[in-house]
Amino acid sequence: MTCWETIGAYAFRSIGYGERLLPRTDFTLCQQFTLIGSGLIWNLYFGLLALLAGFFLANAVALAKASRSPWTRKPAEWFIFVFRGSPLFIQFFLAYEMFVMLPRAGIDIMGITVATDWLTKAWAGALIVLFLNTSAYAGEIFYGALQSIPKGDLEAADAYGITGWKRFTRIQWPTMLRLAWPAYTNEAIFLFHATTLVFFSGFPAFQQRGDALYYANYFADKTFNPFIPYPIVGFYFICLTLLVTLIYNRINTALNRHLPQNQRTRIRLRPQVIR
Amino acid sequence: MFASCADPSTLDGLNWLACYLTTGKHLDFYWSFVVVLLLLAITAPLALGMGFLGAMAQRSPVLPLRWLGWAYTAMVRGVPDIVFFLFFVIALDQGLEWMLHQIRCPDWTEAIRQGTEFRVCPEAKIPPGSASAFWYQLDGFVRAVVTFALVFGAFAANVIHGAMQAVPRAQLETAEAYGMSRGQVFSRILVPQMWVFALPGLSNLWVILIKATPLLFLLGVQDIVYWARELGGSKTSAYEYPHPDWRLWYFLGLMFFYLLATYLSEKVLGRLTAKLSRGQATAAGEAMRKAGA
Repeated sequence: MTCWETIGAYAFRSIGYGERLLPRTDFTLCQQFTLIGSGLIWNLYFGLLALLAGFFLANAVALAKASRSPWTRKPAEWFIFVFRGSPLFIQFFLAYEMFVMLPRAGIDIMGITVATDWLTKAWAGALIVLFLNTSAYAGEIFYGALQSIPKGDLEAADAYGITGWKRFTRIQWPTMLRLAWPAYTNEAIFLFHATTLVFFSGFPAFQQRGDALYYANYFADKTFNPFIPYPIVGFYFICLTLLVTLIYNRINTALNRHLPQNQRTRIRLRPQVIR
Repeated sequence: MFASCADPSTLDGLNWLACYLTTGKHLDFYWSFVVVLLLLAITAPLALGMGFLGAMAQRSPVLPLRWLGWAYTAMVRGVPDIVFFLFFVIALDQGLEWMLHQIRCPDWTEAIRQGTEFRVCPEAKIPPGSASAFWYQLDGFVRAVVTFALVFGAFAANVIHGAMQAVPRAQLETAEAYGMSRGQVFSRILVPQMWVFALPGLSNLWVILIKATPLLFLLGVQDIVYWARELGGSKTSAYEYPHPDWRLWYFLGLMFFYLLATYLSEKVLGRLTAKLSRGQATAAGEAMRKAGA
């Protein structure tokens, strides 16, 4: 097989198109690059969807945690505590076991049978866990930003007669987002890193359709040579990290556009605040 | 364990549960919690040391050493840590065996990598082929400790390097003006002042380290996740203590363990931060001064 044929056969192997059988002997560099790259589709899928949906829940959680009423504050606090205080790995296992316990035939809700078996599949089950997990982490970041909005800004809003909902959408929320953005970038990067855990944590890879690390692990097991597949995953993830930083940087510039140059917050990768 | 547990099929209710929870395998399960705590206790200082070395290398006047420090701290930024865990565990093993092979079997003519196999001479095996199961377990544990120390050392190096940069420049310049040498400035001025800046990052890292311990399972150590899966799986009546699939409850137990560990850590570290911030020229120190006055 030439490299082009390999790419044709395996580029979309991770989502079920192309050659069914994985290579078993005579592994070429091209095969490893193609298959691991193909697995990256799953990492992108989990990361993008969890981030997108998580953004909305994170806002809600942050607001709930900042509210005065204990009826909304306490659940938000507990939600954040449980998802930030326990390992993602355990959360995956727990969620999988929970979904497996659901009745196989589906649950009867007012005469309509709701199927449950899709929850045990990685594409749905793991996505739910990642979604809740990133919501908790981002919620805490947003909450912290909400608390550090300069008092003067709110007083100025009061002075102009901007109150209530308008004050929130015009002053509080944009400022919160701007203050939180550097930390949120960090969270996004490490969420993408966390997606590599999915296929090592209970959720089975259906018909050997796995993510980048799944295929790298496959090659390392088969060739007993870790020095080729793992650096390839590393290379892909460095590219992904750079891409995420680039996109978030653009948004950061947009959020800071009204400020003078020297007051803008810069995005730096801060591994000390990883998840 | 107890004499009354001799025939489990006659037991019921709490007696059954008491006997069930004290079987030999369950004792192994409880012991694995100790293994996790042991791993934390050994890894944390090692990783801190590695981080310190990494940060020192980054500030070194020697250029290649600076590059090395930079590469070490940069490696964890773009690549998921779990890749390093999976990589180091095999790479370390093969690297060590390769070195032993070069030393012990200089006249071995066959290639080490034959197709998909990695073959060294029998004298270079770690642990030696004749070793007992205990040594295999220990070997796995030590490899896990080294891997954790390497990866978390890189994270710690990031934190410590940042903290060293955060020490006010004027402090170091004053020390230089007093005629202190490079080494003296480092050990007498920089290092003592750096900790308060490093503490928030290091506390966070400690919590992350706790939350990374289930990855031991991927490194092939029989840790709490391994036992939870093993014991929780449904047992047919062929077993002494038959039960349906209880893995959910076992994992709930693990979840509780981790929540407790992170909660307690955050309490203790919060107190430590408060203690170290006292009298420091930082925002937290200033807030304390105002609160006291």
